[in-house]
Amino acid sequence: MTVSLDHLRQIAVQMLEGSPHARALGIEGVSLDPSEALTKIRFQPELVGDPDTGVIAGGVVTALLDHTMGQAAMASMTVYSSIATLDLRIDYMRPAEPGHDIFCRAHCYKMTRTVAFVRAQAYDRDINDPVATAQAAFMLAANAGRPFGANLSAPRSGDGKGGDAA
Amino acid sequence: MSSEGDLSNQLTLLLNRIPYARFLGVRAELAGDEMTAILPFGDHLIGNPTLPAIHGGVIGAFMEMTAVAQLSVAQGLARQPRTIDITIEYLRSGRPRDTYARATIKKAGRRIANVQVEAWQDTRSAPIAALHGHFLVAAQDEDVG
Repeated sequence: MTVSLDHLRQIAVQMLEGSPHARALGIEGVSLDPSEALTKIRFQPELVGDPDTGVIAGGVVTALLDHTMGQAAMASMTVYSSIATLDLRIDYMRPAEPGHDIFCRAHCYKMTRTVAFVRAQAYDRDINDPVATAQAAFMLAANAGRPFGANLSAPRSGDGKGGDAA
Repeated sequence: MSSEGDLSNQLTLLLNRIPYARFLGVRAELAGDEMTAILPFGDHLIGNPTLPAIHGGVIGAFMEMTAVAQLSVAQGLARQPRTIDITIEYLRSGRPRDTYARATIKKAGRRIANVQVEAWQDTRSAPIAALHGHFLVAAQDEDVG
């Protein structure tokens, strides 16, 4: 199935709206171009990780980076495919400024038949002074024919091999 | 030194003080100095509603919090360690059920600690994800996040 960029953008928006966790965190899409995504997360007191400083939790930045990088991978597709994060490396440069929204820009710089390679920066004021930078690899066709609700049944046979990454 | 009960209470207080830990619903249990972090399943943790699967960012955040909590336990719960870098490997999709994690401190230097974390659901020998990270445990006045 070949789809237009507009269609892929719609899918990315649906990814945001259809992902309960992204909604719970309040991740908002700002812009989406071929292979590049920009999102933002509003500062909220319940997302603080260090109550002594009021700095937002590293885990929130992790979730924002993972989500935005997935969007960038989807935005660079010419054929729709489900994706799953294989690995994600994050360098934390400095604490985010308490009270500030955080933006995330992700760029999918290489797409093969099976893997998408993405880089991203999370920042509060200036993208050249990032809070964190990240690099990730996504597996394409992650669902690989698994039906809706596949995760609701028990892992296969309990031999420790059940449940592919998805 | 604190008794196990004191340490356990301090750990609960530490997690209850972190707004994001409350948001995720993370709690922890101690057996001696071995800590198991628990992420009870909740609908707000879902990333992929079709399978459904827990959001990868949640699993990463949970494992990072496990590392920070384990370091706090090992160091008598002084100030929170700061994350320098983490590498997350996703092995299996996170099913809609409770998730557990344990951290191993591979090296605790004067300033930097090297920590590995594994997260699992039904079977500990079939982890759903692993994290390897470096944390700043001292010299807190440095400007590393």
